[in-house]
Amino acid sequence: MNRQSPFLYLILVLFSLIIIIPIYTTVIGGFKSIGELRVNILGLPNSWVFDNYVGIVLNSKFWTYISNSILYAGLTVFFTILLSSMSAFVFAHIHFIGNRFLFNYLLLGLLFPFATAILPLFLRVRDLELLGTVWAVVLPQVAFSFGFAILLFRSFFRELPKDLFDSAFIDGCSYINFYFRITLPLSLPIIATVGVITLINSWNNYLLPLIMINEENLYPWPLGIMVFRGEYMTDWPKILAYVSLTLLPAIAIFLAAQKYIISGLTTGSVKE
Amino acid sequence: MGGPLDHPFNNMLRKLQSSTLLERYSTVIIFLIPTITIFTLFVVLPVGEAAYYSVYRWNGFGDPDKYVGLKNYEYLFRNDTFLLSLTNNISIIGISLFAQLPFALLLALMIYDKLKGASVFRAIFFVPYVLAEIVTGLIWAYIYDGNYGLVAAIWGIFGAEAPFIIADPKYAIYSILIVVFWKFFGLHMIIYIAGLQAISKEVIEASKMDGAGPFHSAIFIKIPMLLPTIRVSVFLSILGSLQLFDIIMPLTGGGPSNTTHSMVTYLYYFGVMRMKIGFGSAIGVVIFVICFTIAFLYQRTLMRRD
Repeated sequence: MNRQSPFLYLILVLFSLIIIIPIYTTVIGGFKSIGELRVNILGLPNSWVFDNYVGIVLNSKFWTYISNSILYAGLTVFFTILLSSMSAFVFAHIHFIGNRFLFNYLLLGLLFPFATAILPLFLRVRDLELLGTVWAVVLPQVAFSFGFAILLFRSFFRELPKDLFDSAFIDGCSYINFYFRITLPLSLPIIATVGVITLINSWNNYLLPLIMINEENLYPWPLGIMVFRGEYMTDWPKILAYVSLTLLPAIAIFLAAQKYIISGLTTGSVKE
Repeated sequence: MGGPLDHPFNNMLRKLQSSTLLERYSTVIIFLIPTITIFTLFVVLPVGEAAYYSVYRWNGFGDPDKYVGLKNYEYLFRNDTFLLSLTNNISIIGISLFAQLPFALLLALMIYDKLKGASVFRAIFFVPYVLAEIVTGLIWAYIYDGNYGLVAAIWGIFGAEAPFIIADPKYAIYSILIVVFWKFFGLHMIIYIAGLQAISKEVIEASKMDGAGPFHSAIFIKIPMLLPTIRVSVFLSILGSLQLFDIIMPLTGGGPSNTTHSMVTYLYYFGVMRMKIGFGSAIGVVIFVICFTIAFLYQRTLMRRD
């Protein structure tokens, strides 16, 4: 498996087709008429149909769903980064009674299955009168992100050069100043990692908004796409166009932020 | 574990800071209170409440007052649909551990090292993981469509009428297993690649000097050294499999005839949709107990050495 033999490439290309063909047929299917899709599944369209894509792009509902998702994801990322980096800062740098206990307490979130919490969570959100607001989605998402985010931030903060503390504290810098002026600016790589992972989780989240949101004008796109599917059932070209429009930005973001996604997923699973 | 708090430097710091005890504790309070509050309200309490509600029959209005003891659990473990959903979760774990992870490992061994174009293959294999599970489910719902999908094209080559796999109670669950395989092998491949790259080059070079071929070095050197990483990926895989939900919704929604539920889709249809808070919570508690037991045993035994 070390030599770059043509045989190895052949196998890899064949394996790649397992991924590429489904995605290719989806994107290309959106350009076909339903009649053509029935007889020509794999080939390029004989006559390109743009109506499916154009129809969705001109549909205001589509943009409502997308902007809702952007709102949920933006707030979730912001609060996850702010609150977990603040907590991780305390755990990494400040000595106090209960440090380890509280840290372990927050890590419990890593082991709690989200499904177990959904019914009581729904009741809590209802009783706090947050149903129908963005917070119904944002707060639980933030809460369930704390475990992994604090873990990543804390280990990053512990690696920061120790001289920094020396000089800063001798100069009489307070913890809060130190956090905002020194720790945060030095932590951009880990902020990017936590941010991207939280963004993807929120962007793709389906179960939580499914429980929390009843008004269609507040739906994030995964709920919207299921509504659309329900309306068109087997009018596949329309659905495929819709799927493709959500799929291409995801792939673009992934390619742009690949480094951070991968470092977020592999930190902790690899012991060096 | 000796944390940084025990570091001599920190001892010095502590002395330096002793006059600012007040500042230290006020920072702790200001920085931690929001996190602890949100976490307690939206993670810890709901899980605890699930246990409490699970011994009641309750529709969520007023106070839970109809105490039923363990009846919800009794019903659950006598319910064929739930038992089938549990079996389905076990099948999902099975396909993950015995097909997906070995395949991911094979790919990782093929591309982790110096292969030209490795980053392209790595990106391609990783794409399904980045897609929303809902989108993945929809793409495959299309592929499985016996009139318009890839399945129709493949059967067409042989001049046969394609089946509707996801509408067939006997085979629908297999269609879901295939999608689970497709969606997640790239994630595990990435984890293995990172693990393989962390193995010291000298060890592998030394084995080459001793005349170990690629196969030999994979089996006797790389895989054993990768074991800690494999244990983590097995762990993630099991816990993920037990919580599968999104993929099933656009594919089968638990149908046909309730044959493809996972525990979580079962919880959704029979607990949430019918607002049976007590019964739904009991399902949640069962999921919790299974996940927690596995996590606990796993940490105590296999992952202990790491």
